[in-house]
Amino acid sequence: MNAAASIEGLLRDLAPRVLGAVVRRYGHFADAEDAVQEALLAAATTWPTDGEPDNPLGWLIRVAARRMADQYRRDDARRRREELAASWSLSRPDPAPERDDTLILMFMCCHPSLTPASAIPLTLRAVGGLTTREIAAAFLVPEATAAQRISRAKAKVKASDEPFELPPPGERAERLRCVLHVLYLLFNEGYASSGGPDLTRSDLSGEAIRLVRAVHADLPEDPEVTGLLALMLLTDARRPARTRADGELVPLAEQDRTLWDRHLIAEGVALVTEALRRGQVGEYQLQAAIAAIHDQAARDADTSWPEILSLYSLLERMTGNPMVTLNKAVAAAMVHGPAAGLALLDGLSAPLGDHHRLHSVRAHLLDLAGDSEAAVAQFRAAAARTTNLREQHYLTTKAARLAAQRAAE
Amino acid sequence: MRFMLLQNYGEVESDCPPIMEWAPGDIEAHIEFQQALNQELAERGELVDAQGLAGPELAKFVVSDGASAPVVTDGPFPESKELLAGYRLVDVETAGRAIEIAAQASAAPGAAGVPIRQPIEVREVMGAPLITDEPFPEA
Repeated sequence: MNAAASIEGLLRDLAPRVLGAVVRRYGHFADAEDAVQEALLAAATTWPTDGEPDNPLGWLIRVAARRMADQYRRDDARRRREELAASWSLSRPDPAPERDDTLILMFMCCHPSLTPASAIPLTLRAVGGLTTREIAAAFLVPEATAAQRISRAKAKVKASDEPFELPPPGERAERLRCVLHVLYLLFNEGYASSGGPDLTRSDLSGEAIRLVRAVHADLPEDPEVTGLLALMLLTDARRPARTRADGELVPLAEQDRTLWDRHLIAEGVALVTEALRRGQVGEYQLQAAIAAIHDQAARDADTSWPEILSLYSLLERMTGNPMVTLNKAVAAAMVHGPAAGLALLDGLSAPLGDHHRLHSVRAHLLDLAGDSEAAVAQFRAAAARTTNLREQHYLTTKAARLAAQRAAE
Repeated sequence: MRFMLLQNYGEVESDCPPIMEWAPGDIEAHIEFQQALNQELAERGELVDAQGLAGPELAKFVVSDGASAPVVTDGPFPESKELLAGYRLVDVETAGRAIEIAAQASAAPGAAGVPIRQPIEVREVMGAPLITDEPFPEA
């Protein structure tokens, strides 16, 4: 790793601790977050040439505090200046960062008053230490647009007027669900577009893993946190095999399994096993358990579909999510034959309507059942409705191949 | 979710005359409206890009077989009403929000400040799929 990259990594790790210390000392989460962002930028430009300071954390806290003071000096609002002066006099000379700061920040950034689309960029900046420019690049929007999203999100957090501390025990479980959901979506955002030309976006999955690791470090006993981390690792392990060099998708059944990352699989399997042993099953643990079964099959034919089917049945009962039923239909087809899977799809027309994935699963099952004419029509219907370009290529090609095969027969 | 909101030179669903026939104040009000809408979208963190295109008089159609010299046809064209006049590319949280923005754009003030009611074409841009669980085939 070169010096600039190692400094960047250090800054990202320190970001939540700096922010936690500054907010603890001066309050004003929104302004403190801006000041910390400036301090991180200052470090990123000066450290590579001047060298890393002896106490990087202290340096960043000092610079951020100075930026905040400068900002208030320029500010006309006398009230805020006075508030700050009052809080300065109360502050300890060198506040040691608290153990829970990262977790508290995560709860703030994934506040239930925010939609995931606002919570994600705020979390990436405040907890992940990414710059606005990096976030804008990852989401393919202009920097000004990303900056606006972050400041609007902060305004909402500010309006919620929450103290800088862990949510009360009664609310903690529900709030943790919000945090995990945001991190899950962040991971998906990166994973869905990984490979090919969108390399900056695939970094988002890595960021999600890093942030879940941080939550897991603070809450090692929570089985759903562990489950989510396991799910991400077990999914990310397949990344090298899921796209071709040209970026086109490779379905699970056709992936070169020797490309899967054995270390990630081993870690993920160990985590999900440990989580399930605690006996409080949750949806992330179940999804991770399904991913683990796929990952542990040396060949597609070795996949233990009966186990996957029973896990999907549990997950379906727990969530009532029609997308889960869709996946369960695939597992049912693998265990009991395509007719069983197709029968399950009949009940999904109402909740899923014209969703492309319903068409694509039906297409696969019809193909398995040997009804290639209907399968071609369903592949085409799915291709016309997907909003993902790569998936569209995959579905169009699949339909064309099947049609050509029919014509040749 | 990204949407392209497209407007062309086509028919409008009001009695609004062509812009060349509007009073100067009405034209100014129209331009201000468009700028204010862009500003609003930018402040909400939704605007990716907004562009107006030069008129159909400057449009060209290019056709090529990849081997011989391309055939370039200059405007104006009889079908110029179908040409694109401008677009907004927005990144929004829901499809409903894209419709809302399109409705705002459609009601831009025309002659005498009366809403033009121009049809806005709303098209989703291909991108990352919706969040799914264990997709099949894995996607």
